[in-house]
Amino acid sequence: MINVESRAARITRIVFLGLWLVITLFPLYWILITSFKTPGAIFSYPLTYWPEEFSLINYVTLFQKTDFGTYVVNSLIVATAAATIATFISMLSAYVLARFEFRSKSAVLMAFLVTQMIPTFIALGPLYLLMVKLDLVDSRFGLTLIYVAVSIPFCTIMLRGFFANIPDALEEAAMIDGCSRFGALFRVIVPIMKPGIVAAFIFNFVNSWNELFLSVTLMNKDENKTIPTALNGFISSFNIDWGSMSAAAVLTILPTMVLFAFASRYIVQGLTAGAVKG
Amino acid sequence: MSRRMTNVTGRPAIRAGAPRAFPPDRTRRRRQFSMRRGLTMLAFLLPAALFVGVFTYYPMLAGSQMAFRNWNLNDLTNTDWVGLANFRKIFADPNFYVILGNSVVWVVASVVPQFIIGFAIALWLRRKFVFRGLYQALIFFPWAISGFLIGILFRWMFNGEFGVINDLLSKTGLIDTPIPWLAQPGTAMVAVIIANTWYGVTFFAIMILAALQSVPEEVYEAAALDGSGKIRTLFSITIPFISTTLALTVLLRVIWIFNFPDIIWAMTGGGPANQTHIVTTWMITITQRGDYGQASALGLIVVAILLVFAAFYLMAIRERKGANS
Repeated sequence: MINVESRAARITRIVFLGLWLVITLFPLYWILITSFKTPGAIFSYPLTYWPEEFSLINYVTLFQKTDFGTYVVNSLIVATAAATIATFISMLSAYVLARFEFRSKSAVLMAFLVTQMIPTFIALGPLYLLMVKLDLVDSRFGLTLIYVAVSIPFCTIMLRGFFANIPDALEEAAMIDGCSRFGALFRVIVPIMKPGIVAAFIFNFVNSWNELFLSVTLMNKDENKTIPTALNGFISSFNIDWGSMSAAAVLTILPTMVLFAFASRYIVQGLTAGAVKG
Repeated sequence: MSRRMTNVTGRPAIRAGAPRAFPPDRTRRRRQFSMRRGLTMLAFLLPAALFVGVFTYYPMLAGSQMAFRNWNLNDLTNTDWVGLANFRKIFADPNFYVILGNSVVWVVASVVPQFIIGFAIALWLRRKFVFRGLYQALIFFPWAISGFLIGILFRWMFNGEFGVINDLLSKTGLIDTPIPWLAQPGTAMVAVIIANTWYGVTFFAIMILAALQSVPEEVYEAAALDGSGKIRTLFSITIPFISTTLALTVLLRVIWIFNFPDIIWAMTGGGPANQTHIVTTWMITITQRGDYGQASALGLIVVAILLVFAAFYLMAIRERKGANS
């Protein structure tokens, strides 16, 4: 069935897939092109779909008029730390959930799944109060801890799928040779699972890099703001400077797009593994 | 993305204690062994449990009790228990019903086109072609971007004065005067839904493609032998085969979009005149005002709505499945 395709069907397919590709890429193209226009060209008619002169003035303005460099550093620190810790911890929990049978296993899995259904910001207020009590408001360390907690459930579920793909004979052999469970996991299993672990790390990193509502709630001082928190401040003003805004958007999106390009295959695997099984 | 994916997690795990009959002198060792296993399991699970417990479950539970108290950040001298007063205040506010309606429109009008376009793309991607891998990677890009930044991208494109959408529409002759998309109620909702549709199609395309690839080739061959046409095969073979996956994917997405405030937050902030507020953007607004009591009450209402919806939905699926078999 699948191998026969009429000419008309073929043309329809190509046209629609092509059209969707254009629709998908256009917003990204538009923000990129806007960021290279001079402010004069951005706010004038007729709109140009290819800038008459390429200018970096928006990027210069962004770094001169705001502390964008500081925000980037904050985001980098928090996202890297959170992704590293969360991936490590999730590896341990995923391993147990993939390899062991125990009575409360489905309850543990359910507890992780529920957090994916109920959004974190339902508890935004109480979380803020908890952080006040722990003296972790306006602290990059505090925000990191929260991102770790937010990342763990999905990361565990994703890694569990990857563990299940690896035969347990491998670490059993290592343990017979005198390795501890922990040693077997890190010396034998982790090297095999490297691509999956890297994908999980990237997924966590991108999510923490992008997170808005928790950081808006917890980071008040300008020197502590992450990129999304700072951008949220920019769009709240009455007159948005779309020149430097587009530059900021490009600088925020670009790293995550590069990372995702590497990891997308594994992220898809992690996502679909759970769902297709249903 | 292989067909093997269906049984990725379906592999049998190790069971404790292998042979049925142990000689008596070995039972002690066995007990020690399982004790050690238990400790290992605990040690491995503990860090994850601690993080999720302290920073996710504790605030959620603490939040639930705030829903029944007068809890305002601006006046912490009086945090008395007030019973259902917070809920009554919400139900008495006419805005609540507007916002509830908006949420339904937002969810339905986003999920339906996402599903249809995603399904079509998945069907078309089933066939191998030269740049399929590259194509999939490219349409995957929206996923790398946060909802908030997507909102910013579309806010700029829907700009009433210098937005590219108005420019394209007037170039093609569809409109004469620019539309102030985000400044008027009806069009603002259309704009945020378009942005959300753009964002969500990929998810459906990927999930449905994975499901389609789980349909064994023999099923199609049999259908072809029986002289089943393309459309007929799609509706009476393919769709029934993957219906459970489709139904669950839709359920997950409905819940997720209902809870997804980022795009709206960036594009309109709920305006104009609350006309694009959904329940979650409104909840965040109340939280930022410091009225934790009311925000928590609203949070519990959201959870209740979603639970009831999920229960009915799953019941409906089960009934249909029962009727079919």
